[in-house]
Order: sequence, then C-alpha cells, then structure tokens
Amino acid sequence: MSAFEKELGNSSKNISKILKSKSVSWSLVVLTSLLLAPFIGVYPVLILKILCFALFACSFNLLIGFTGLLSFGHAAFFGGAGYIFGYFMKSWGIPAEIGIILGVGFGAILGYVIGSLAIKRQGIYFAMITLALAQMVYFIFLQTPFTGGEDGLQGIPRGKLFGFIPLDSDLVTYYFVLGVVLLAFLAIVRIVNSPYGQILRAIKENEPRAVSLGYDTNRFKLIAFVTSASFSALAGSLKALVLGFATLTDVHWTMSGSVILMTLVGGLGTLTGPILGAVLIVMLENKIGEIGFFLAEVTGIQWFETLGQSVPMVTGIIFIICVLSFRQGIVGIFTRVCRPGR
Amino acid sequence: MREYKSSVPALEIEDLQGWYGESHVLHGVNLKVYPGEVVTLLGRNGSGRTSTMRAVMGLIGARKGSIKVNGVETINMPTYKIANLGIGYCPEERAIFSSLSCEENLLLPPKIRGAGKGMSQDEIYEMFPNLQERKHSQGTRLSGGEQQMLAVGRILRTGANLLLLDEISEGLAPVIVQALARMIRTLKEKGYTVVMVEQNFHFAAPLADRLYVMEHGVIVEHFEANELETKMPVLNELLGV
Amino acid sequence: MNPEFFIPIPVLLSQLTLGLVNGAFYAMLSLGLAVIFGLLNVINFAHGALYMLGAVLAWAGMNYFGVGYWTMLLVSPLIVGIIGIIIERLLLHWIYELDHIYGLLLTLGITLVIEGIMRSAYGVSGLPYAAPSELRGATDLGFMFLPNYRAWVLVASITVCLATWFFIEKTKVGSYLRAGTENPKIVESFGVNVPVMITLTYGFGVALAAFAGVLAAPMMQVSPLMGQNLIIIIFAVVVIGGMGSIMGAIVTGLALGVLEGLTKVIYPQASSTVVFLIMAIILLVRPAGLFGRDK
Repeated sequence: MSAFEKELGNSSKNISKILKSKSVSWSLVVLTSLLLAPFIGVYPVLILKILCFALFACSFNLLIGFTGLLSFGHAAFFGGAGYIFGYFMKSWGIPAEIGIILGVGFGAILGYVIGSLAIKRQGIYFAMITLALAQMVYFIFLQTPFTGGEDGLQGIPRGKLFGFIPLDSDLVTYYFVLGVVLLAFLAIVRIVNSPYGQILRAIKENEPRAVSLGYDTNRFKLIAFVTSASFSALAGSLKALVLGFATLTDVHWTMSGSVILMTLVGGLGTLTGPILGAVLIVMLENKIGEIGFFLAEVTGIQWFETLGQSVPMVTGIIFIICVLSFRQGIVGIFTRVCRPGR
Repeated sequence: MREYKSSVPALEIEDLQGWYGESHVLHGVNLKVYPGEVVTLLGRNGSGRTSTMRAVMGLIGARKGSIKVNGVETINMPTYKIANLGIGYCPEERAIFSSLSCEENLLLPPKIRGAGKGMSQDEIYEMFPNLQERKHSQGTRLSGGEQQMLAVGRILRTGANLLLLDEISEGLAPVIVQALARMIRTLKEKGYTVVMVEQNFHFAAPLADRLYVMEHGVIVEHFEANELETKMPVLNELLGV
Repeated sequence: MNPEFFIPIPVLLSQLTLGLVNGAFYAMLSLGLAVIFGLLNVINFAHGALYMLGAVLAWAGMNYFGVGYWTMLLVSPLIVGIIGIIIERLLLHWIYELDHIYGLLLTLGITLVIEGIMRSAYGVSGLPYAAPSELRGATDLGFMFLPNYRAWVLVASITVCLATWFFIEKTKVGSYLRAGTENPKIVESFGVNVPVMITLTYGFGVALAAFAGVLAAPMMQVSPLMGQNLIIIIFAVVVIGGMGSIMGAIVTGLALGVLEGLTKVIYPQASSTVVFLIMAIILLVRPAGLFGRDK
C-alpha cells in the first residue's frame, strides 16, 4: 500500500516536472513568436491590444483567483487610467513613461479609496460595492469636461519615451509595450509565488482561519486590491498609448464584465488562464461577424449573419455556459486532462 | 418486542452508504425500527449517528442503499416528500428560526396530509408550559432549554408518527432533561415511534426498547433493553461510559 | 442671502415629490432583489433586464396586438414571471451549492442575452409609450402640478410594496419564506416543498420587476438599455439598506429617491452619483447597512 502510494507520488511528481519543463518551453515559443511577430506580417497593434487585455485580466485574477475577491469595478482603473494618461499626454506633452506612471498612480489611489470601502463588506456585497463605486467613477468621467463626454478623448499623442525615443512608429511602440507587459507579468508571477501570495491564498481558502492565525486580513486584502488596481491601470494606460484614444466604453461596467469573462474562460486562479481568456475573447469580439457569416453559410440560418452586431449576446451565452459547466476554465480542463486522478 | 416484528417496520435501513461531498461517512448501515418502538443510536462523536438521521431525511450530499419508511422506498425522494410520509425531524442544531416568534416557530411545520391528528397546540403547551409564556418572544431570544422544547414541540403538531430526535438532551440542565424524558415516555404511550441519537447514555438507556451502537459509519452492536446489563462491558469499551 | 443659493420652496417640494416617485421604483426593485437573495442566495443581476422586458412587453402589447396599459399591467408581469420560472428551473437551479459569485455571474450572462436580443430587435433608441387616457393631465398640489400618472405610480407601487410586506411578514406562506431564508433544508424537512417555493419566489421577484417596468413605460422612454444603469443603483440601495429586512428595503428605496430629488435642486450635477456617495458614507459609518443583518 505505502509502496504503491510512494510510486503514485513519484509518478505525479514526474508528471508535474514534465509539465513544468513543458510550460517553460511553451513560454519560450510564445516569447519568440511575440518577438518575431511584427516581421511575419502580423498587425502589431492588434497583438498589443490583446496583450493589454491579457495584463488587465491577469491583474484582475490577482484578486479573484488568488484572494477570492470578486471586484466588479475594475473598469474604473483600466478606463480611468486611460483617460488620465491621455489627458496628460495631450495637454502637457510629457514623456510617455511619465504619462504611464501618472495613470498607474491614479489607479493606485482610486484602488485605495474603492478598496478600503469595499473590504468593509464581504462576499457578494463586495462585488456590489465595487460595481456601484465604479459606476460613480463612470458618471464622473462622463460629466467632467476634459474627457470629451460621449466622444471620448481622441488623438492622444504617443510622445517620446524618456524624452528622446519617439514612439510614432508602431514597431518601436510594439517592443516598448511588449517589454513593459512582460515585466508586469513577471512581477505578477513573483507576487503570486511570494510568501505574501501564500497569505492571500490562505485568505481565499478560509478567511476566519487566516484571521485566527493572527493575520490582519483586511490589510492584506487592501494591499491586494491596490496592487491589482495598479496593474489594471498600467494595462489601461498602455492601451491608450497603443490605440491613441480613451473612451467611456473602457470605464463602463460592461468592461468590468468583460475582464471577469476573460478570467473565467481562461481559468480562475491560474497564471496562464487569464492570458488565454483575453486572447480568446478579444479575438472573438474582432472576428464574431466573420464567424456569424460562416455559421450562416454552414447552417443556412440567415440569422447568424447578424451575429456581428450582437457581441453582448454572445458574451452572455459564453458566461452562462462557463458558469454552468466550465468553471475551471480552459486551463483547468487542460490540467485535468493531462493529470488524471486530480 | 416480539409482537412488533410481524408488522411492517416504521423505518428500515439496508446497506446505507452516505457521502458529504467527497468524504464517505456511512459505510453500510442496517437498522430496523418497528411501530411504537423507542430506539436509541449510541456512539462516539463522528461515528455517523447524526449522518444516519440526516440521510434518512435526504439532507446529506449523496446516499445509496435502501431506506424504507412504512414500507415506502425513499432513497430517491426529495426531502419534503420523505417528511410527508410522516416523519418529524428534530436536528441537533435545533434550527429555531430567529426571524419568527416562538409561536410562529411552533406553528411553522404544516400538518401532514393523510397522517394522524398530531397533538394540539394546547397539549404541547401543557407539556412545555414555558413555551406558552414565551410565545411572543423572538425565536433566538429563548434559552437553550426553551429552544430545545420548541424544536421538539413543533414536530408533534404535524401528525408525524416517526420522530427522529438528534441529541435533544445535549447541553441542558438536569431539570429540563428530566422533562424531556417524561415527554418521551408520554410519546411512547401515545404510540409514537421514536429514534434518538444520544450522547447522554444515562438519559437514553432507560427510555429505549432497543439500542444500536455505531462506529466508523456502521452499526457495530445491537441489543434489546433487557440485555443492557450483560452488554455493559462492551458498551464501556465502545463508548467509554 | 445669496440669490444664487436661493431655492424656491415650490421647486424643492416638487423635486422631492418626483424623487419620491423614483424612490418607489427603487423600493419595488430592491424589494424583489432582497426576497430573491433571501431564498436563493443569488444576487439577481438580471433584475434590471427583466424590468426592461416588462416595459418592452407593454409596448409590444400595445403596438402589435393593441392591448392596452391596464391589461398589460397584469399580463406583462405574468409573462416575465413565467420567463423567470423557466430561467430558475433551467439555469439558476444548478448553482445554489456554489459560491455566491457564480449566481451573480450567471445572471449577468442572462442579462447580456436578454438585452442583446432586445437590442437586435429594437435598437437602442427609445420607444414612445403613452400613458392611459384616464391618467393624463395633472393635479394642482398648490406647490406644483403633479402629473396624474406619477401620482398613480406612487400609489400603485407603494401598495404593491406594502402588500408584499404583509404577505411575507404576516401570512403562513410568508413564514415559510422567512424560515426558508434562514434554513431552507430544515423547512424542507418539515414537508414544505421548498424547491417549488424557490422557483415561485424567483418568478414573483422578477414579476415585481416587470410590474415596475410597465409602470415606468409611460414615464421614460422604453429602451433595451433602460435597466442597465438602474440595476447598479439598486445594488447600492441594497448595500445601504442591507437585505435582511423587507420594510428596510422599502424605506431605503423611498428615502434614496427623495434624497436624489433633493440633490437635483441643490447640485444637479451630482444627482446621478449621490446614491453611490451615500453608499460610501454608510459603509464608513455603519458597514452592515441601515437594516443590516448579513447572511
């Protein structure tokens, strides 16, 4: 019996070793293709957009996946930082990295304010409070003159990096943003695996127990919230830099819904899940019209041709399917298939 | 007890397996209770007595095997249908509703269709005068003893004939425990069938017609009340009484 | 006194009255949300969408079948109630054992689908819906001319709220509901058919939302997006009031409507955010909410 168990343990250790080495080689493949992408004819701006959303989803996952807090207000940090970045770039003409820092700073401060209010309640109330406060931020951005109201902030200049590297070319922007996003990913991985990340997971598993062990869980939750908000703000600033505009769409609660969906589809509480989810959802939103035409052709049902105008409906259906039957997300299913018996 | 055994058992459990999520808690429980009997389930904490009761009511995660109530198979029934076969269940945690007054709590369980008449509200108040005095108090403002009387009292009104009483003497003052013992004798006289889970051996032993002892999710001992003397050494070992 | 800050009393009173009408909507919707949460442990994000559906159905009844306001005031909640029952049986039913967040996410998905369907059918522009002829015109209250229709809305919604309160707090079935909110398993062990009770509660809660939707139809433009922002305000109302008390939900809803009306007079720019601001203040002073009894 015990020999068998030992063997079982060994084999599962081996499998995880293989998986680990596999995941390292996979990261290398992804990294190389990202570095080479602009040269093999892929439109860099689309990749960057996806990367920004991937970073957004990862920072969101830091909360829901590793701390167990469902924020329904992350659009405020993402879209809000975009506005702040855009405003300062446009009217002050500052270097891009300063703009990003201001955007992130805004996200951190806003995260502190919303976070300290929201952690006063738990569970589902937390989600409702973050949603309501983010909606307040939405209205403020809607009414403040500098955001351009319904039109949004258009024509944001990319400016110069460190004051002397012009970011006008998509290629230079591409490598700059790629670098920042990769660093941010590494930082998130580092946080998750640190002792601090362990405490967050303990809070997720069983908050009363974490309290009884002497941890001031509210402080840890707040730090996690601010961290997550800051990374989201980084993603939002980068997106405004890449696309050159900031609009109300990014502050609206539907954006908070989108990021939840990305994380859920990819796999809550996994490191790669949110990235995969972001890729999938952004691609889907871009290609849904074509998918609709394809389905119409295959099935002969005319209605599918209008699918392009019904992105929210399709996301809604994905939401329902995910909650009912794919709660572990893509990565969860993948791990279960690869490591049976777990 | 011989005369009972010709009739259909009020409760018949065969090879009952039970789970809470992943954890397997009942490993093949077998027991029979005949109409009019008082049967006690003894055992240490975690031996599966409460789980057996919850399994009868369909309140655990998953169950397999056979549970017949008055000859009707219930293993695939939803909880409310099982209850409507004439079972009154008093859970260990008492489950008094805090948003309801004492009287509302008492009157909450609906009469069971087709079952016997059950006790009237007055008879219950006669048995537990405290409840009448406190009838307008909020459920959770009651003392532990009052809550226990209420938890038992409210299932007597419905006409249920088979009573499952989980640890009703737990944590109560001796006076109240005596009142509860009197109540069980009255119930027996009135022809109720009673299954009790008890920690308090000295409370349960004199009341029971038969006793079952559980350990690790199975029945390990089973004897009649008159065998109690001879079984004491075994009981000592199993329960540490 | 600085004339800029001078608020004429009639203007104040009329805004407060209009605020009270809005508050009646908050009350009806947060009431339904609280009842559903009590028994199902699901925060029904779809509440706003089903409110919208109630209004759209009233409009559709009029435009496609010539069915008038009064009939639709009954039929529309009935249809939405049935849709609610189908939603509960088909979807919500499977997730009660899971973490509460999945209920929120599932109903969010349902919201997106309902709004998406309505959007592809009617676009986002408003559909006009006239008040029934009996209720046109206005009554002079001395300080304002109150449109008769709004007066009716106020009366109707407060009546419905109080009836719901009476039903839940004072009747036998209501006591099952209250007990079920605390411990559904034990109520079921008494022989009460709790699964059906859960289904009907969801049906009733969303029918209430649809009723509010029909009431709203002549007051504001009927549009597929009319429930989107409202649901978030309702969330704030529920956080402020706490979901433990039926009367709490009603009172909080009405009070916040009045406060919103007051803000329209004092500082109109803040009228869309004042509810959230109050929520923030309440969280600082009384984290459990005004009538708080957290589950």
